[in-house]
Amino acid sequence: MAIPNMADTANATTGAPSVVGTEHAIVRELYQRFGEGAFVFQTNRDRLPTLWVERSQLVAVLKFLREAPKPYVMLLDLSAIDERLRQHREGQPKSDFTVFYHLVSIERNSDVRIKVALSESDLNLPTIISIWPNANWYEREVFDLFGIKFEGHPHMQRILLPRYWEGHPLRKDYPARATEFDPFMLNDARQDEAEQALDFKPEEWGMKRGRADEDFMFLNLGPNHPSAHGAFRIVLQLDGEEILDCVPEIGYHHRGAEKMAERQSWHSYIPYTDRIDYLGGVMNNLPYVLAVEKLAGIEVPDRVKTIRVMMAEFFRISSHLLFLGTYIIDVGAMTPIFYMFTDRQKAYDVIEAVTGFRMHPAWYRIGGVAHDLPNGWDRLVRDFLDWMPKRLASYEKAALKNGILRSRTIGVAQYNTEEALAWGTTGPGLRATGLAWDLRKVRPYSGYENFEFDVPVRDNGDAYDRCLVRIEEIRQSLRIIRQCLDNMPAGPYKADHPLTCPPPKERTLKDIETLITHFLGVTWGPVMPEGEALQMIEATKGVNSYYLFSDRSTMSYRTRIRTPSFAHLQQIPSVIRGSMIADMIAYLASIDFVMADVDR
Amino acid sequence: MTDETINMLLAVGLAILKSVVILLVVVAFSAITIFIERRMLALWQDRYGPNRVGWQGVLQLVADMLKMFFKEDWTPPFVDKLIFWLAPAIAMSALLISFAVVPITPEWGVVDLDIGILFFFAMAGLAVYAIMFAGWSSNNKYSLLGGIRAAAQTLSYEVFMGISLMGIVAITGSFSLRDIVEAQKDGWFIFPQIIGFLTFITAGFAVAHRTPFDLPEAEQELVAGYQTEYSGLKWGMFYVGEYIGVVLVSSLLTVLFCGGWYGPFIDVLPWLAFPYFAIKVFFFVSLFILVRASLPRPRYDQVMAAGWKFMLPLSLLNLIVTAAVVLM
Repeated sequence: MAIPNMADTANATTGAPSVVGTEHAIVRELYQRFGEGAFVFQTNRDRLPTLWVERSQLVAVLKFLREAPKPYVMLLDLSAIDERLRQHREGQPKSDFTVFYHLVSIERNSDVRIKVALSESDLNLPTIISIWPNANWYEREVFDLFGIKFEGHPHMQRILLPRYWEGHPLRKDYPARATEFDPFMLNDARQDEAEQALDFKPEEWGMKRGRADEDFMFLNLGPNHPSAHGAFRIVLQLDGEEILDCVPEIGYHHRGAEKMAERQSWHSYIPYTDRIDYLGGVMNNLPYVLAVEKLAGIEVPDRVKTIRVMMAEFFRISSHLLFLGTYIIDVGAMTPIFYMFTDRQKAYDVIEAVTGFRMHPAWYRIGGVAHDLPNGWDRLVRDFLDWMPKRLASYEKAALKNGILRSRTIGVAQYNTEEALAWGTTGPGLRATGLAWDLRKVRPYSGYENFEFDVPVRDNGDAYDRCLVRIEEIRQSLRIIRQCLDNMPAGPYKADHPLTCPPPKERTLKDIETLITHFLGVTWGPVMPEGEALQMIEATKGVNSYYLFSDRSTMSYRTRIRTPSFAHLQQIPSVIRGSMIADMIAYLASIDFVMADVDR
Repeated sequence: MTDETINMLLAVGLAILKSVVILLVVVAFSAITIFIERRMLALWQDRYGPNRVGWQGVLQLVADMLKMFFKEDWTPPFVDKLIFWLAPAIAMSALLISFAVVPITPEWGVVDLDIGILFFFAMAGLAVYAIMFAGWSSNNKYSLLGGIRAAAQTLSYEVFMGISLMGIVAITGSFSLRDIVEAQKDGWFIFPQIIGFLTFITAGFAVAHRTPFDLPEAEQELVAGYQTEYSGLKWGMFYVGEYIGVVLVSSLLTVLFCGGWYGPFIDVLPWLAFPYFAIKVFFFVSLFILVRASLPRPRYDQVMAAGWKFMLPLSLLNLIVTAAVVLM
């Protein structure tokens, strides 16, 4: 998409409705339908068309976008921001709390962001579940963390925090440190309260406890269950072993990663991103540093881009291998995972030699990477590239062609492209339904446009195809890594820009200005120019995006982390109704989720 | 006392001694199977397994048992105590008693019942009570689901397990296992009865609740199934019971299809009887372990369907063909 950089246009600061933005087709369509006066166009550093609408028109506008020719079929993200302490919001309507909707059109390959301003005294919005079903959990999350109510929502309750929690943590007046609270004491009364809050009441979810002549069993799967892949609870309504309905419950792994971002410097937040999808390693750093670089206006050297791609693909392979092992073990075959751990160790040998760490290297930097590739890295990478393909072939032959495994997963937990998009499903789970939507191809970032690779697609959208897509993705990742190996550009491993972190040091002792910049950059951290920037990438499990708000400070004003696993778990009930418990386990395995990625 | 009485007492004493020896050997071998399984699984899974206690880890078993004996034997307050205690006892004893009818060598064996095979069926039928009792009395939903699965699985698999052996009975004209072994002096039944062998080995895996028929305790689905609430020695009895099942089914496969103690040079070197028997049993035990290392677990309804729609007709067909051949 060739979109001019609007950050430098004068219109950005006038604040009046203007004709800026009309280079976007969708903006023209909206102006035509609702009139220019209904919107305020906001320019952003990420060049993503952003429109403010009045609350009264919100549903109509969203409906229009959903039903427009080449519709915006996917609600990628929905969250809010507490604007009350924000100083630099030139050109934006007055607002205490802003809710934003990030919509994606596959056919247009473009996005649009809709924002609604709310005043502190009236925090209410209509729900949009009827337009995109996956708004359900997002609206609950906004209620939980900001206290904004959505009228017409069937379960306007907390989702990440326990029900008895007081306050809404992402509000600016909510303390960010434990030391600002009274010491925590767990007495009997509190324990009872906590336990009661976890009681499952079927009536709350519109479930019946039984039929005329039989009772249903309500089975608590998790938060401690061998196949729940972390602290994940899902309550099953069972008739025998058939699942009539289920309620996934998340939040056991919530650490307030978004809140933490508001009191970490831009640089020191990088290690926190590693732990969002804890199997993704530096893959998590990538959207974050790319978004910060957009804010800062840093263009990184080609060598940095290629190194980043190479290491991110290593982590994709490592994550997919763990998926494959657990997937096969979840349908009952215990052996393959041990072989996959051997393979992952081979990958970690390279990762460790390059980054110095294994799972959570926190190795990317704003404007570069932590250090240059070590001597002999090419030999290590080549060893891995020689090792892996034979192993993959043997896994396919020994495990994936097995009749029992096929009968356990083919046709199980099936959904089509339309359903996947409606639930915000991305990554291999979407590509297994036949849609080749891979951000590395459709929205190349970090130099992916320079690589030759295919986007693996399967058509059935069942648990088996989701696995095959990932196997093929490992092959494609190996292909990308080989191209990195053969064509690694020479050059610096860090951009020459004052906002890189740690800042360039070469001339510090020769030039007082550089010394001051360096000193401030190292002690306080860099001060990013005000603005908003979003970067989404094709992470190991689907689309992962960081939406950063800078208020010209050393810290982020608000960091929104959109994770793929959150959306994928929300989809579970619609897919699994009518299946058996064993299918559920195969389905959970095929989603490949990580609870830290869900709860943040 | 007359000589006759003394002789009789001696014979009884010898019989008791033999039984005790067989009992101890079977229990010991079942326990050793646990160690063998762990090392062999490790071998096939690209790792070491327990190799620290004693030479190559052979004493691991002793360490495990010591630990289990001294572990708190916890009975949760919400269980039905009597049944909860009864279940592991049945689990261990039902299959152990079946060993009484297994002829090990021409001289060794506890009893030679005319209805040997039927006795084994009866005991295998009893063994499922252990799992059902455990599943029901635990008062735990996962245990209950495990118990239900076990009941359904046993129902489906016992039917054709019985029929799968009727071919052999038709050929030998006897239910006695000793007669069946002796009938294999010149040729093992595995060759004429290959379908009977395949169906029986499948049913045998189901009786022993081993992968791929370990649905009652499917870890990935039911945590630990019927034994979720068990710990300490009671859990240990279930555990050893499972391996007694493995050894029993292996012994039966040896006796019924692979000629028991028969092998080359048995006429000139009769002492080879026990080694032959032991090697064959060990082969089948290894097969159990290899299957566990390599196969995934089918779904509950697929197991049922395979039992009723495929194995049962197959074993019936085998019986009809065998009967026709015998009658001709």
